[in-house]
Amino acid sequence: MAKKITDSYGHGVQQVGYEKVGKKRLFTDPDADIARKHFHTKSRRMINKTTTLKEAVGKFVHNGCYFAAGGFGSNRIPVAVLHEIVRQKKKNLGFAAQGSTHDLQILLAGQCINRCDTVYSEGLKSGGISTVYRNKYKKNEIETTEWSNATLAWRFKAAAMGLSFLPARSLLGTDIINHSAAVEIPCPFTGKKYAALPALYPDVAAIHVHRSDIYGNCHIMGIAVSDLDLARAAKKLIITAEKIIHNDEIRQSPDSTAIPYYLVDAVIEVPYGAYPSNMPYKYFTDEDHLMDWMKTEQNEDDYKRFIDKNIYNCANHWDYLNINGGLEHLNNLRALETLTDRR
Amino acid sequence: MSKYNGMELMICLASRYLENDSTVILSTGAQCAAAMLAQKTRAPQLLILFEAGGIGPLLVSMPLSVGDSRTYYRGLASTSMTEIMETCQRGMIDYNFAEAAQIDMFGNINSIDSDPYEKPGALFTSRGGSNDLASFCWKTMVIMPHDQNRFTNNINLITSPGFLTGKGAREKAGLPADSGPYKIITNLAVLGFEKENCRMRVESVHPDVTREQIIENTDFELLWADEIFESVPPSEQELEILRTEIDPRRDIIGRSQSPVKL
Repeated sequence: MAKKITDSYGHGVQQVGYEKVGKKRLFTDPDADIARKHFHTKSRRMINKTTTLKEAVGKFVHNGCYFAAGGFGSNRIPVAVLHEIVRQKKKNLGFAAQGSTHDLQILLAGQCINRCDTVYSEGLKSGGISTVYRNKYKKNEIETTEWSNATLAWRFKAAAMGLSFLPARSLLGTDIINHSAAVEIPCPFTGKKYAALPALYPDVAAIHVHRSDIYGNCHIMGIAVSDLDLARAAKKLIITAEKIIHNDEIRQSPDSTAIPYYLVDAVIEVPYGAYPSNMPYKYFTDEDHLMDWMKTEQNEDDYKRFIDKNIYNCANHWDYLNINGGLEHLNNLRALETLTDRR
Repeated sequence: MSKYNGMELMICLASRYLENDSTVILSTGAQCAAAMLAQKTRAPQLLILFEAGGIGPLLVSMPLSVGDSRTYYRGLASTSMTEIMETCQRGMIDYNFAEAAQIDMFGNINSIDSDPYEKPGALFTSRGGSNDLASFCWKTMVIMPHDQNRFTNNINLITSPGFLTGKGAREKAGLPADSGPYKIITNLAVLGFEKENCRMRVESVHPDVTREQIIENTDFELLWADEIFESVPPSEQELEILRTEIDPRRDIIGRSQSPVKL
C-alpha cells in the first residue's frame, strides 16, 4: 500500500506501507537538510558569549518562534530565562513541554505560548493540576500535539543526530498516537511495526547548568534529562550558569563537558537561576513557593497580584530571590538538598 | 496482628511481587513505597530506576518528582531520559507501575484524571512516560482503587497499552513481544490475567472482602483463577518499616484506601 502524505511543511513524501498517521500538527520542520543549512552558518568561533538575560532573550526569543526549556518540570529548569520571556511579553511561542510543570506554568502566566508538544504538563505532580492550565485547555487556547516522555526525548535525539526521524516502539496500539504527529512504518529488515518520530529542531532553547566558561563550554551535574540532545537539536542556545568558570577548569577535565561551546549562543551567569526548582547538589525545590503559586491560581485577583509581584515587578532574578526570602532562605534549601543538619 | 489500612495492604502486596535481583522503574507515591519496602525486606538487590535518569539511588526518603535529586542520591549513575527509556526498550527492565484512572478487562489503561467536570478530550495529557513504560517493560503492575467507574470497558481513551484486544494484539501493533500487564492490586483484591485470552481474573481476595463486593465494583465480567487465595495481610515487620522508615509523615499511607493519587 502506498499513500501520499503531505506534512505541515509541504514535504510530500511517498510512504510505503504505513498504516496510521497521527492527526495532530507538526509544529517544526523535521527536514534534516534545512537544519544542516542552519548549522552550517552557526559560528564556530570560540569567543566571549557572556551577556545579560535581557539581551539574550531580546535577541534570540522572537514572537512566534518555537522554544524549548531544559531540565525537567521542577528540576534544573531555566527559571530566570522563563521570567525574562514573560517580562518581555513574548507571544505566540511554540513550546516543547517535556515533563513540563513549573516551566509551562511560568509561560502560561505570561500568556506566551499558543502551541505545545505536550507530554505531562498539568502543574505539579505532588500539588495537583494547575488551574490556569486547565482553563487554557478547556478553552482550546493552546493547540497541542501529544507525545510521551520517551518519544519527545527521541525527537530531540533524532535532531541531535541530524536526522529527520527515528523509529520507536511506543505510542503503538493506543489512542495517544492518533493525537500525535507520528506515522506507523514497517521495519525494512523485520517487517515489524514502528512509530516514526519526526525530529524536533527548536528555534531556540534555554538550559540552566552548573558551570560554564565564557565561551559556553558547560558542566551539568546530576541527571541530564534530555539536555544533551536538546542542546544539539536547538538552532540557538541560551545558557544560564550558576557560575562562570575559567576555561582552564574546562580543559582540566574535558570528560565533564556536557555541552561544547560551538552549540552555545549566549552565556549568562545567574546564581540560583533555577530557583524555585531543584538544582542538583546545590539547592532543593522550594515546595512552599510552588504550592503558593498553585493556590493563587484559583483566584484571579490573587493570581494577578502574585504574578505581578514575582515576575513583572522584579527587574531581574535577584529581585525575585530577595522577595522570597533571599540568601537565608536559599541557604535552607541548600541544607535540604545536601541532607545535612545545620544549626 | 496490628490493624492496617487499605493503602498499607496494597503497598505490602505490591512489594512482594518485586523480586530480588530484578529491575523496576518507579514514579512517586505508593509504588515508590512498595519498592522501598521490597528493598528493606526480601529484595535488597532490587535495582530502582527513575525515568528522568536516576539509577540505583539509596532512597532515604520518597522523591517529590521522578526528576528530583533524591532519585539518584548516592546512586549508581545519574544518566538521561533517553538512557533509561532505551534500557527499557532494550528489554532490561522487569517491572513498572502504571497510574490508572480507568482500566478495562484486557488491562488497557486510561491514565488521564477522569475529572467529571472535564469534557472528554478537553484536557488531554499522556502522563509522562507511562505509555512508554507500559510498552517496553516486561511486567506492568497497577495499584488503584476498585470501583465500577474505574474497572470498566468504557474507557475514554487508551493512554497506556494493556493487552489491547487480546492475545497477540500487542505484537501485532508493534509492541515488544511477551510484555504486558501483570498484577492489578486494588483495595479489594489482587488480579492477574488469563494466559489464553489475556482477560483480567481475580487471583486473591483481601481479608473481610466478599466475592460479591468485587463483582459489584467491576463494570465488566471478571474471570476467577482456579484457586482463589486470601491475600496475606501485612506482617508486623512490614508495617513497622513502612510506618517508621518509609513514610513516617504518612504522606502516602495516610491516604488510607481513598483513591490512589494519580
